[in-house]
Amino acid sequence: MTSMKRRIFLKGSLATGAIGVAASAGLLTPRASLAAWSKDAFEAKDVNSALSGLFGSSDLTGSDKIKIKAPDIAENGAVVPVSVTTSIGGAESISIIAEKNASPLTANFILGPGTEGYVSTRIKMGKTSSVIAVVKAGGKLYSTGKEVKVTIGGCGG
Amino acid sequence: MKKILTAILALGLLSTFTLTAQATPQDDLDKFRSYFKKRFPNTPFKDFINGVYSIDAASREQWEEIEEFPPYELNIEKGKDLFAKPFANGKTYASCFTNNGDGIADRYPFFDAKSGKVITLEASINACREANGEKPLKWKKGAMADISAYMHYTSRGNIISVKISDDPRAMAIYNKGKAHFYAKRGQLNMSCADCHVYNSGNKIRADLLSPALGHTSGFPVYRSKWGGLGTLHRRYGGCNKQVRSKPFKAQSPEYTALQYFHTSMSNGLEINGPSARK
Amino acid sequence: MASIKMRAKASDGVTTIKALISHVMETGTRKDKKTGKKIPAHFIQEVVCEHKGNKIMVANWGPAISKNPYLSFKFSGGASGDTVKLSWVDNKGEKDSKEATIK
Repeated sequence: MTSMKRRIFLKGSLATGAIGVAASAGLLTPRASLAAWSKDAFEAKDVNSALSGLFGSSDLTGSDKIKIKAPDIAENGAVVPVSVTTSIGGAESISIIAEKNASPLTANFILGPGTEGYVSTRIKMGKTSSVIAVVKAGGKLYSTGKEVKVTIGGCGG
Repeated sequence: MKKILTAILALGLLSTFTLTAQATPQDDLDKFRSYFKKRFPNTPFKDFINGVYSIDAASREQWEEIEEFPPYELNIEKGKDLFAKPFANGKTYASCFTNNGDGIADRYPFFDAKSGKVITLEASINACREANGEKPLKWKKGAMADISAYMHYTSRGNIISVKISDDPRAMAIYNKGKAHFYAKRGQLNMSCADCHVYNSGNKIRADLLSPALGHTSGFPVYRSKWGGLGTLHRRYGGCNKQVRSKPFKAQSPEYTALQYFHTSMSNGLEINGPSARK
Repeated sequence: MASIKMRAKASDGVTTIKALISHVMETGTRKDKKTGKKIPAHFIQEVVCEHKGNKIMVANWGPAISKNPYLSFKFSGGASGDTVKLSWVDNKGEKDSKEATIK
């Protein structure tokens, strides 16, 4: 699916309408098809591939309207509480990415029309890395990140 | 000398000698409490039941996030169902315990004069099973931990009240447990006290060492490391392994003795099991 | 299967859902200590929450969500007494669902 969109964009071989459609959709995967579990996205080994697999694009715009609540130093990398809150209007989805995990994409939450820009969950982190929250809204991908340290415990970890 | 000793033995005074030569459990408890009060002056006594979360704000915050909806709630529910389910003979666990097993965990472990043994809650659970023709459960996790979690949950808020009977057999077990707590062992040559008394609040690599005061109140414990619930003796075994000492078996006389001493040092504190820890 | 515990509470027009699910969330990269073989991946891939026939939230998960996963989100338009339904499906096709009444 991703490669097909790229062909349309690069070649412009189909009628302008096709490009127009692609452009108005912002080249991003529509919410309806986001609902399907994407193997490409969840098995991607790096952040950009995960984003492309999920959204058809890895263009991120930094935003201070996204807040990540996560510990500075995780007590145990197996259970890291992460909450994401965003005040960006029309947020369609919130994705949580652990940058240095073997497969960075941990979750994608697709929000219904009346659902608030807030999710909370607990993730596994393999090592110290940035936790990146991506919010899809108005055809763009906004993001912010927070570093979470994961340590080797002396007794318990 | 021998004659004198024999005479003293005959008079049954030897045990008295031993007692006065050692501190009483109440002395031990007083010393334990004042040690930790001095070491952690900003921690209210009641708070010690929360382990490192009572002495470290950053980890407390994460713990509170998890307490929002802690994973052990799943175990409590399982435990409740297991507790209520009748045995093949139609009887239930409730028939084996005072007050139908509701809110009684604070009295464990206790010295049973008849058998001369110290009885733990887990041991009582299996004793109940065996008395009713059922196979015993494994000691460290699974159904045993779930049932123990449920029984501790119904006892939440009760004050830990382990009675150290002055029966010399009970005192012997208490002293055995106390000796285990303070004895160095393993390749790393460390005692429970080395970490949890003398180095409590200090770091071992990136881990903060919890104070032994209040230690047992939160068991059984859901550890993020285990990804599940485990009993106190499971943790004892783990700790022994961590100092590279051969662990004892769960519910062995060694760990039972240790638990008798260890839990009594938390007398006066509330039960808050089951709990979540890293 | 009784794997879902859920709380739904409405306050000032916003309903907060909190759910705890019993699931192993096995990543597929761990090895069995005894056999040395990899333990196959077994994790929830999709979680759906419905209210009055509407999908208020669809979550796609990877195996990096913690074991015995927790989830919380909020939506407007729910009221005390309404029913919400949470369902999950994992990579083996196993599923479960639960309904809760908004308090």
